[in-house]
Amino acid sequence: MNVDFSSLARTSGEWLRGAGPEADIVMSSRIRLARNLADYPFISRANAGDRTEIERILRDRILSIEEVGALTYVDVNKLALLDRQLLAERQLISRELSDAEGSRGVVLADNEQASLMVNEEDHLRIQVIQSGLNLQSAWEMINQIDDLVEARVTYAFNENLGYLTACPTNVGTGMRVSVMLHLPALVITRQIDKLFRSLQKISLAVRGLYGEGTQAMGDFYQISNQITLGRSEADLVKQVGDVIPTIIDYERKAREFLVRESHENLHDRVSRAYGILRTAQTISSEETMHLLSSVRMGVNLGMINDLEIPTVNKLFIYTQPAHLQKLTGGELDTADRNIERARYLRHLLNKDEHGERGVSQN
Amino acid sequence: MKCQRCDKPATFHITELTGGKPQELHLCEQHARSYLTESEPEQGGNQSLAGALAQHLAVGQTAEELNRLDQQACPICGITFFEFRKEGRLGCPHDYICFQKEIEPLILNIHGETRHVGKRPKCSPSNTDRQTDLIRLRREMKEAIQSEDYERASQLRDEIRQVEQPR
Repeated sequence: MNVDFSSLARTSGEWLRGAGPEADIVMSSRIRLARNLADYPFISRANAGDRTEIERILRDRILSIEEVGALTYVDVNKLALLDRQLLAERQLISRELSDAEGSRGVVLADNEQASLMVNEEDHLRIQVIQSGLNLQSAWEMINQIDDLVEARVTYAFNENLGYLTACPTNVGTGMRVSVMLHLPALVITRQIDKLFRSLQKISLAVRGLYGEGTQAMGDFYQISNQITLGRSEADLVKQVGDVIPTIIDYERKAREFLVRESHENLHDRVSRAYGILRTAQTISSEETMHLLSSVRMGVNLGMINDLEIPTVNKLFIYTQPAHLQKLTGGELDTADRNIERARYLRHLLNKDEHGERGVSQN
Repeated sequence: MKCQRCDKPATFHITELTGGKPQELHLCEQHARSYLTESEPEQGGNQSLAGALAQHLAVGQTAEELNRLDQQACPICGITFFEFRKEGRLGCPHDYICFQKEIEPLILNIHGETRHVGKRPKCSPSNTDRQTDLIRLRREMKEAIQSEDYERASQLRDEIRQVEQPR
């Protein structure tokens, strides 16, 4: 089955729909499992022939699964750079898989909720991503997919150490449980670093979604387990899941505080952000993220009434370079992208149901 | 409400998550800022793999011992300990066994545990030794072909066929 990348750029995956529990703060819940075939070397020692065979075996066996609906295989090695970046922006593949070379691919399943990367850091990386706070359901889904794959191949597994992975940091369960949170009020009230330090002490990792380190663009932060060995999968889901309601509560308290103590400042910040996004003539990806974050919080606090959360969620993805170029139909340099991005934002944000224009557009 | 550290109005309300029960703090902007930027002693457990490995190896090992260790190679995939140390990535499942003495403390350092308690494959891989053999045999066959030892290569191919079984 082929993927039409231009239409993929126009659709939106399940996890972007902005639904599910706590969706005003929790963007998505994601679990991934790292697996390797027992009879091939790990990727670092696999030559081109090994990688081709690993890809063929995993592709054929996975595509023979009938229990999880339609499966689509994408040969990432044959994709143009822009299409690879599109998949990465969409979180269907990792940046590593997009940037790597040689035989590699991804199986997409269930309306972008599941993706199985072949020849990433490990032979197989299974990922399930769902909208809102849904770790339990994500775990059930990925566990089922893992069972179905396992019935068709022999995984590298050791009685003492569990699933064997290319990097010892993933050995054992091979599982990373992560929740992506939108925490603008904790950033504004400067409580975010404090929160990070607290989480690190209970061996949870925090990283920004877009961008490096803790320098998160758009105030999105991903919280995940660091330890993968010596705890069961259910325990790891619980370890991450248990801390999320507390963080949500802090973010809500910080928002309430801002509404109560500096309502004008907050409303001003939100309105200006919305205003710039609706009128700018050229705008960078970074500035877009930054402003969309304020707008997203503004929608959730009822300060903006003519915009829906799924639209804002989509804009975070659609204004990134590869999506934007796909949507506008061609490769653009940075300066032209910034102009197109501004045009796209004006078009989307000034459209209302009654066809009335608040702001004049060229 | 007044700041807990001076007479200015408290405009920041901080909830401290660390150390047992959450603790509420009410501070003015100035004191909140200095409170939040206070540096805390970093605790272990978050070191990078390379850092953890370097630390582990630094303890009680002479340069000569380390050098000898670096030369050790996995009989299955051929990766040397030096290559693993440089890249942080292992070469094949057997490395966990052949470098066990070095890797186990590293794993303990990263995870605080050395035993898997989670999910196990349902089709119990009782014959993982044979799977591992395949990695070695395929490598040896490629090497035999490279050195144009076709007799050996053909022997190895037959061995591989014997070990491989249709699933």
